[in-house]
Amino acid sequence: MPAPRPSPLAVLTSLRLTVVLLVLSIVLVFAATLDQVHLGVWGVQEKYFRSFFVFSPLAGTGLSLPVFPGGYLLGGLLIANLVAAHLYRFRLSWAKAGIWLTHIGLILLLVAEGLSGILQQDNQMRIDVGQSRRYSESFRETELAVVETTRRDYDQVVAIPAALLSGGAPIQHPLLPFLIKPVAYFPNAMLRQRPQVADASPDIATAGEGVAIVATPIPVTAKQDEANEPTAYVELDGPEGPLGTYLVSTMLEQPEPVAYQGRTWQIALRPRRDYLPFTITLLKFTHDIYPGTDIPRDFASTIRVRSDDGRDDREVRIFMNNPLRLAGRAFYQAGYANNDRTTVLQVVRNPSWRIPYASCALIVIGLVVQFGIHLSAFFGRRRGAAARGGAPAAAPAAAPAAAGPGPASP
Amino acid sequence: MRRYAPLAALLLALVWTASTLVPSGGAGAFDLAGFGRLPVLADGRVKPMDTVARTSLLMLQGRQRVEGTGGRMLAPEEWLLDVFFRPELADAYKIFRIDNADVLSLFGLGGADVAGSVRFSFEQLHAGLPELERQAQLAGPVDAAARSAFQRAVVELYEHLEYYSRLKYSLQTPDQTDLSAFLDDPGVRAAGRPGFEAMATFSLLRAVPPAAPSVRIDDWQGVGQSLLGTLATGAVSPSVRRYAAMGGAWRAGQPAAFDAAVGGLLAELSARFAPLMRRCAFEAFFNRAEPFVTSLTLYVAAFLLAAASWLKWPAELGRAAFRVMALAFAVATAGIVARMWLEARPPVTNLYSSALFIGWGAVALCLVLERINGNAVASAAGSLIGFSTLVIAHHLSLSGDTLEMMRAVLDSNFWLSTHVVTVTTGYASTFLAGLLATIYIVRGVLSRTLDRATAESLARMVYGIVCFATLFSFIGTVLGGIWADQSWGRFWGWDPKENGALIIVLWNAVILHCRWGGLVRQRGLMCLAVFGNVVTAWSWFGTNMLGIGLHSYGFTSAAFRGLVVFVAVQLAVVGLAAIPRARWRSPAGAGAA
Repeated sequence: MPAPRPSPLAVLTSLRLTVVLLVLSIVLVFAATLDQVHLGVWGVQEKYFRSFFVFSPLAGTGLSLPVFPGGYLLGGLLIANLVAAHLYRFRLSWAKAGIWLTHIGLILLLVAEGLSGILQQDNQMRIDVGQSRRYSESFRETELAVVETTRRDYDQVVAIPAALLSGGAPIQHPLLPFLIKPVAYFPNAMLRQRPQVADASPDIATAGEGVAIVATPIPVTAKQDEANEPTAYVELDGPEGPLGTYLVSTMLEQPEPVAYQGRTWQIALRPRRDYLPFTITLLKFTHDIYPGTDIPRDFASTIRVRSDDGRDDREVRIFMNNPLRLAGRAFYQAGYANNDRTTVLQVVRNPSWRIPYASCALIVIGLVVQFGIHLSAFFGRRRGAAARGGAPAAAPAAAPAAAGPGPASP
Repeated sequence: MRRYAPLAALLLALVWTASTLVPSGGAGAFDLAGFGRLPVLADGRVKPMDTVARTSLLMLQGRQRVEGTGGRMLAPEEWLLDVFFRPELADAYKIFRIDNADVLSLFGLGGADVAGSVRFSFEQLHAGLPELERQAQLAGPVDAAARSAFQRAVVELYEHLEYYSRLKYSLQTPDQTDLSAFLDDPGVRAAGRPGFEAMATFSLLRAVPPAAPSVRIDDWQGVGQSLLGTLATGAVSPSVRRYAAMGGAWRAGQPAAFDAAVGGLLAELSARFAPLMRRCAFEAFFNRAEPFVTSLTLYVAAFLLAAASWLKWPAELGRAAFRVMALAFAVATAGIVARMWLEARPPVTNLYSSALFIGWGAVALCLVLERINGNAVASAAGSLIGFSTLVIAHHLSLSGDTLEMMRAVLDSNFWLSTHVVTVTTGYASTFLAGLLATIYIVRGVLSRTLDRATAESLARMVYGIVCFATLFSFIGTVLGGIWADQSWGRFWGWDPKENGALIIVLWNAVILHCRWGGLVRQRGLMCLAVFGNVVTAWSWFGTNMLGIGLHSYGFTSAAFRGLVVFVAVQLAVVGLAAIPRARWRSPAGAGAA
């Protein structure tokens, strides 16, 4: 007699689904780890974990097909499976307290990882000795900054995410009297002086430094020790017609000056900035190695932090494993450059950073309780068997454990 | 006879263990042991000459024995003294191991030169050095992970030859063999400047301790550096004087003068650096005692006894196996504790010590399991894991000093002792579950010895160990996340090693849920546990082979082949288990098919 088709609810609450999802997760994590060699750790996170499906290009066509469930889908299904199982299958009982704690902690952990993916910002600060900074810069995201310098007492900054430049649609902003029209956008490019390039393409830039420069797009790199240099051509359009097409790139050190209607701006493509409510000054940087080797023993930055309201003004030493947490951000000693005259601090902003601590505590307590129950049951059986004078407990190993929901039909 | 077998086995093992602690007689009258205790600064730490000699030899040729002129076996110290003071002899010792046939052809070596040997002398290689250097320069810019086998072998041999050549400049130069002649007459001294500069540039060792008030580790100097200082001040360091006297005496074959120089130096340093000298003396003793070799041999004996107990005298031989394994465990524990004291670190600091600790943890679990079950299965599994991990550790020790300094980012005894120890315990228990499952399958399919009671006791053990492994690998992974959050600002970064640990946790969760859900029974549980070996091996070694990420330290190319073979064997065992139960030689547990 054919088995009746299981209802959707039975499938959703089933242990089989749990096992299938866990195995798929293992495959996903394994594939992502291998692909890190090509994509780098950030690329892998976008492709495998912060996505509903993993897409793979179909050879010969420009199409990408979903080939495997992504992290969001598997995580979401695992949460659904857990919640449904607890709503419909598990009953609240002390014997299952460990399972409840473990699973609640697990749900929290999955939620926390999802939140981190959405909320976390990873920035860095490079400060020379003696220099002060009040902003951090993103590792990977860039922005087109249009800074109005007309006023003497302050600058007005309009920052446009670089992602909008790749779209191609003109950008209009209430604080700017001109449209910004993206002409071309290269996620990574090489810049060379025009005379040095034999067969240079015709110039796109009509104003500024870019006229003398050839920008050639190059493949995006994922290597840890290489950086992408996003580059774009943007046309500024006033109501009377174009003001000029400018080359902007993270490779260019100086911003381009623009004058229009008696006002002045400086435009530049730069790493996205996060302005801090305080100023950090690097007082000292030390970098020790073990004598006779090049193994780093310690590196540390002594900084001075001054908050805008003047209520916080102190010296802090940031070193390995000892970050500074301030204003919702954490500052870590990440590296150094420039013959030890420049420190590199990593600045992480993640409002959900505490959740994993709570969820892991729940899971650990849950596992200890659950396995404790198993162990005491095992020793209880042994004692019972010894008291009866027989051989050590020989409970059939395939019988359900105290925690299990009972064997399904094989 | 039968009754006394356990006691006899233990006594025999104890006597043999004690015999390894007694120092063997040195060559002739030279105080080699004293020389071995002399401290030098190398690789960022002060260590005894004995360690320099042994780790150099292991790195260059994969073993500590050297055949001297006339076929006499040299102690590591004798070899090092010849490198320092009689380089013309040392150049003829065959201490460069070359396995790659293409590299051999670079030197025009073949036929009679090779004659079945894989070790060659500096003299044999000398003529081919320019070509080797050219090849090494070609291979240099290629990413280490992307190099071909030939390129890797070329770069490695080049580095070894460079290391050896620099070693010769440690206490004198190969040209200024009589350093004493340069010490007193200012005119002669000035003429020695080029040699001193060469030593200051090339020496790998800093043998001259800091002058009187300072005890800072950064103030240790090389002999060349110290002599360049002498040119300015006119004062010769007493240590340099003693090393020069030692060299002269070694060259001339005068034991009395040699011993006087060594003894004088030891006395002087012991007065000023008492704790350091105690540590060096202990490290030299530890090196000679080789506790992990002793432990390894005892594990082999324990395994043989356990296997024999399945055929004859089960109770007595089983108990003998348990006792010998306990002794092997005690010796390994002593070795690990000694390393911890020498380093002032928790037990696991690098790949080498993780191998030691995985073996240690698994054997500890097996001692408990054997006490509970008493059927010698856990003794066999424990001694097999203990043996295998020590063999792996030996191969990992070939890359140099295993008591290495910790990089700044890892320099946290708190996290090393919590995260690393727990996660390594998780590895150990997952391997143990896999090995017990392998024993179940192999005994069940190939022998008639897997009766129902044994099968059920194995199933209980595997299940219990998987629970234990889940708990420890999860806690270890979480602690790693907390460490990462404290150090780099993210709890989870999808770094390869983190992913490896995550996969172990997930796999253990799969095993437990399959069993709870009744998706597998005894045989299925065993197959899943065996595949756990594949998962754990990949996480332990495979992730390091990707050459990326925060944890990509300690990659060894030879390990890759080992990993592939290991995975193939595990899959073969799973395939064996797939044979229908009816064809198994042990009909055991027919009800639990």
